[in-house]
Amino acid sequence: MQTSERKKPNYLNAEHTVASWLLTVDHKRIAILYLVSITLMFFIGGLMAGAIRTELLTPAGDLMSSDTYDKAFTLHGIVMVFFFLIPSIPATLGNFLVPLMIGAKDLAFPRLNLLSWYVYIVGATIGIVATVTGGLDTGWTLYTPYSTAYATTNVVLPAIGIFITGFSSILTGLNFIVTIHKMRAPGLTWFRLPLFIWAHYATSIVMVLATPVIAITVLMVVLDRGFGLGIFDPKAGGDPVLFQHLFWFYSHPAVYIMILPAMGVISEVIPCFSKKRIFGYNFIAASSLSIAVIGFFVWGHHLFTTPQSMYAAMAFSIISFAVAVPSAVKTFNWAATMYKGSITFEAPMIYAFGFMGLFLVGGLTGLFLGALGLDLHVHDTYFVVAHFHYIMVGGAIMAYMAGLHFWWPKITGKMYPEGPAKAAALIIFVGFNLTFFPQFLAGYAGMPRRYHYYPPEFQIFNVLSTAGASILGFGYLLPLCYLLWSLRHGREAGPNPWGATGLEWMIDSPPPPHNFDTTPVVNWEPYDYPAAHRDAAKDAVPEAASV
Amino acid sequence: MPKHSYNPQAAVRAYLTVFSCLMGFTALTVAAAFVDLGPMNNVVAMAIAVTKAVLVAMIFMHLRGGSPLNVLWISSGIFGFMIMLAFPLLDLLSRNILGIPGK
Ligand code: HEM
Ligand SMILES: [Cu+2]
Repeated sequence: MQTSERKKPNYLNAEHTVASWLLTVDHKRIAILYLVSITLMFFIGGLMAGAIRTELLTPAGDLMSSDTYDKAFTLHGIVMVFFFLIPSIPATLGNFLVPLMIGAKDLAFPRLNLLSWYVYIVGATIGIVATVTGGLDTGWTLYTPYSTAYATTNVVLPAIGIFITGFSSILTGLNFIVTIHKMRAPGLTWFRLPLFIWAHYATSIVMVLATPVIAITVLMVVLDRGFGLGIFDPKAGGDPVLFQHLFWFYSHPAVYIMILPAMGVISEVIPCFSKKRIFGYNFIAASSLSIAVIGFFVWGHHLFTTPQSMYAAMAFSIISFAVAVPSAVKTFNWAATMYKGSITFEAPMIYAFGFMGLFLVGGLTGLFLGALGLDLHVHDTYFVVAHFHYIMVGGAIMAYMAGLHFWWPKITGKMYPEGPAKAAALIIFVGFNLTFFPQFLAGYAGMPRRYHYYPPEFQIFNVLSTAGASILGFGYLLPLCYLLWSLRHGREAGPNPWGATGLEWMIDSPPPPHNFDTTPVVNWEPYDYPAAHRDAAKDAVPEAASV
Repeated sequence: MPKHSYNPQAAVRAYLTVFSCLMGFTALTVAAAFVDLGPMNNVVAMAIAVTKAVLVAMIFMHLRGGSPLNVLWISSGIFGFMIMLAFPLLDLLSRNILGIPGK
């Protein structure tokens, strides 16, 4: 701390009171508020995952009752999806970096940004309280007619929690869109934007257009359940499949809310540690937008086993194949970026490698599931569970870890310890695969999801999976320890420890309260690696980076 | 709206005109409800509603004279909404069209 106190104040030490945090409108402090809250959520969700895996160690349902088990996986799903993964990268790294990367002093609507955090906290608290007071056993998908007519658990409160949290993500999306349109530094044209910004722009479109639908859908569940409105009740002329249409109209695009920002992180990390210009910049930028758009047309692939008409199913199946194309475009471009680069293996890069491999497996198995005939066999089995964990944990959380390590020096001014970080990345990779790969096999062999007991022939897969989960859990605890340790004992980072390009690396670490003393003027192309010496604004020029 | 210098009197006049139009259309909706036009009932009601919505968007929400970007964003919202209606309808209307269960 001594060195930074000698210098200009930064956003962390400019003010110290609790109120200066809870009432802050600084996007960087709000990012920290989000970081702390979603970390808490991650551990609540993780605890439930531990409970699930422990139960599944043996074929008999011996640790908890069916009811308790149902509540455990529902809480796990709701917390991880709505309260952790959806806000994860956008609300922490995105909040912190979007203004820095475009040379702005803050987001367009700083107060709205703070409001989004409070809205999130209220929604998440209601969600958690609901589970303490009875729990919910519908699964995170809240399918009707179970949720509207039969479930005896507490459906209404968590639904309201989801409803409220949705608004926080709409506010974040809105803020990003306006900021990216209106507040770019002079010279920072659209095609000079970091791909992280493109990814967040695409994500914001999805947030703003899709989230209202989930809000209204869960509200309809509440109305059906509380007042017998009958929207989803055939006896009243309603249709339970309509719920699935509406739910997935949001929730498929929502999976892209989770993965697009992750792809944005990877597009920053890979060129930096390959010391090479990104390959196919325009294609990566355009593929983010096309994923956002095509992602709105594929939701019916979750309804292949319902009475959905087979013609609709065929259309949805074909479009699901199409949506894999832009993801593949990105993957090929990342690979081409690394080709003949001078690659170094710092922890963020190891996570990025993990992302690429695991996302590939997740995406390709998505195509298996998108194939009409095969899906009838594996629908609602552990194959599906493995598919989406490969993408959401292997993809999105890996990228989140990559980003957290990559920008940790910028956020805190301190380096994390490289040795433990590399070890953690490898442990997480190994633990992850051991946890989820056996689930592909179990699912393909026919083990259905969401039961707490199973035929003994599946035990081998489950023992492997539980063993992997304990390694994975240990792996996630490591960063919690050494990152906190580094706050006090970490080496001073300096403005640009990685020799990275991008405006955020041209100011002090941690950044000053208002980011840029003078507005930078951008007259260079993005990702002009190797080297990062240039004139942003005269006094924003960093010392030459030492790696 | 940087291109338009703001003229409060003209703006208030525009708002009042639109407001009376909206009221007029509301009366029209009520009147139309008393006339049975058969299959045209919905068409007429929707036509009136859409006209009102367009007025609100153009004048009260300043789409007219505003940046084309705002038009783009509103259109994409409407487009999204259309997808949400169209695909479930595609499902509903093409169920059992061959008269064979499931086909
Ligand atoms: C390459 C593009 C993808 C395709 C073609 C695809 C396809 C599918 C299909 C067909 C299913 C339904 C399987 C079933 O229930 O029988 C499914 C489930 C799922 N996918 Fe994907 N997927 C893709 C990418 C993603 C991404 C990027 C994510 C998340 C970030 C994701 C998350 C999920 C989730 C959460 C489910 C299961 C939801 C549930 O039933 O609980 N998928 N996927
Ligand atoms: Cu999907």
